Order: sequence, then structure tokens, then C-alpha cells
Amino acid sequence: MIEETQPFMHEMSIAASMLEAVQAESARRGAHVLAVGLKVGELSGVDAESLRFCFDALVQDTDLAPLALEIEFRAWRNRCRQCARDFAVESYRTECPQCGSAETEVAGGKELEFSYMEIEDP
Amino acid sequence: MTRVPLERKVLNENDRLAAGLRQGFLQHGTLCVNLISSPGSGKTMLLERTLAAFEPARRVAVLTGDIQTDNDAQRLARYGFPVRQITTGGACHLDARMVEKALAEWRPESIDLLFIENVGNLVCPSSYDLGEEARVVLLSVTEGEDKPLKYPATFHRADLVVLNKVDLLPYVPFRIELARENARRVQPDIEIVEVSCTTGAGLDTWRDWIETRYAARRAGG
Repeated sequence: MIEETQPFMHEMSIAASMLEAVQAESARRGAHVLAVGLKVGELSGVDAESLRFCFDALVQDTDLAPLALEIEFRAWRNRCRQCARDFAVESYRTECPQCGSAETEVAGGKELEFSYMEIEDP
Repeated sequence: MTRVPLERKVLNENDRLAAGLRQGFLQHGTLCVNLISSPGSGKTMLLERTLAAFEPARRVAVLTGDIQTDNDAQRLARYGFPVRQITTGGACHLDARMVEKALAEWRPESIDLLFIENVGNLVCPSSYDLGEEARVVLLSVTEGEDKPLKYPATFHRADLVVLNKVDLLPYVPFRIELARENARRVQPDIEIVEVSCTTGAGLDTWRDWIETRYAARRAGG
């Protein structure tokens, strides 16, 4: 049997992965990081508010504190395979608003990625 | 203060490990299936029925994830195939590192079919790539037919939906056509099979699906 000790809820694991990445970048650049920008898609499976809660809880015990988290929400978008129309999916309506086709696929909203860091000037 | 671009995925490390696992599976011709569902949808029962039907010589192995207890591993071990329990000790999902560690105890080249039973949860496992070739989501008819819409992150990454417990359809208000439609809304290419692990209905179709994917893998897919 393999025992793993991991914090409960996956936003906590994700926040821990984020801090590891920021710590590595901070060390690589030899600069203090003041803020980090993150894109969170509607289809990422991550709740932005839970993630912020976990991130703030974890960061305060590290030498990265205070570190601001700036979350950019990315809405769910689909693209039509028939007419190539790119559109926002609202209330799970995935059919194409232009030609009515049901053959549409995800074109945006899966993001769970960093976009930038604000670093202290030397 | 200076803003510098930082273009990397948050789960870079997991994705890197998963890519390594995927490469290994490809090299050894292993079909790896990641099984995801809510608690109680019937993942363990489906695996029991699946294992029971394999020839004893088949090179099948199972990793099963649970927050606590090894009850599922004990149930699955009865069928004579190698089974390992991954107890996550609180975590609500499996990640690629746990799978890598569990697989290290086996000779990966000796496995043709690897089933990974994820922790019962429709949210958290969706973010974690385990290097699998196929992702299967179980949905039982005692749940709501709107589950694909409530958990689009999980369903839109799935290759197959197994609609389980169809023997209970006469007793529950589940509209199976609506469930199919909802799954296709989230992922138009999704395949759907209807099964009952109690009566055995539809299990041939499920096994055919596995064998077809396995044959495609052996052919270099």
C-alpha cells in the first residue's frame, strides 16, 4: 500500500504547485516576486475562489509573502466545425448560434496557467 | 516593479510525469484506462465484472485509488490479476507521481491492459493527466442526467461514458436520452455505452470497446 500525504481538496494541491513554480522562478531570477498572474478557465475544474483561499493560506508561511494572486477568469468558448464560428457558451448552449449545428468543440476555457509575474526592481 | 511574462501551466510537473508515463505505455503497447466517477457509481463493480471475464493468462493490472481503506483492492484482488491500492491519505484525486510510484513495483512491459480506478469524485481528477490513453467516466442512472453539464471539465475530456445500473431504469426518473444529449453537448465525439453490472446487460459492448482500443494500441495507435 502506498501512503501519500497531500492536502485535502485539489485547489490546495494546485496552490502548492503554484508556490513551487513561483519559488523556482524567484530563485532563478534572483528577484523578489510581488504578484503572479494566473488564467483560470471555466472548464479547468478549478474553483477560483477556493484556489485563492488555499493560495493565501499557504503563502503566508513562506518567504514569498506577501505575494498577490491576480486571477483572470477565462470563459468557456466553442468553435463550430461546420462554419468555424467562435462563440461564448452560456447556460451550456453548445450549439452554434450562427448555423445551428450541434457539431461544436471546445476552443477556450481549459486554461490553468500562469501569464505573468511582477518582480521587484533591483 | 517590472512585469515579466511567465508562460507555463500550473500543473507542469504533473504533465511532465504524465508524458513520461504515456511514452512508456506507448513503447510497451499498454492500454491505460483512467476510470472516473462520483462515489457509488459502480467503478469497482464494473472492474470486477471486467476482470472476471478475462482469460487468466491476460496481462491485466489494476491501480485503485482511495482516500482511505483498501476495501476496493481486496475486492479486486480476488480475480487473480495484480492489483495495487494507492491510498491518497486525504487527497481527492490521483496524480501522475502516485501512478509512477505504484507502477515502479511492477515490470511495466509485462502489462497489456492497465485500469486505473480514480478516487470517487467528478471534479478534482479532471485536472490531473495520468498518462492514460483513454478516459472513461461512469454515470449511474440513480444520479441526475444533468451531471455532464454540472461537471463539464470532466466530461469534455472523456472518451467514453458508461451509463451504469440501467436495470434500475424502470424505478428511477432518469431520462437516458437526455443524459446522452447532455454528454454530447459537452463533448460531441463522446461514445456512450449502457450497462448493468448486476444483470450483465451491455457488458459485451464495454468489453468490445476495450478490446478495440487495445487492438488499436497494438497496431501502433
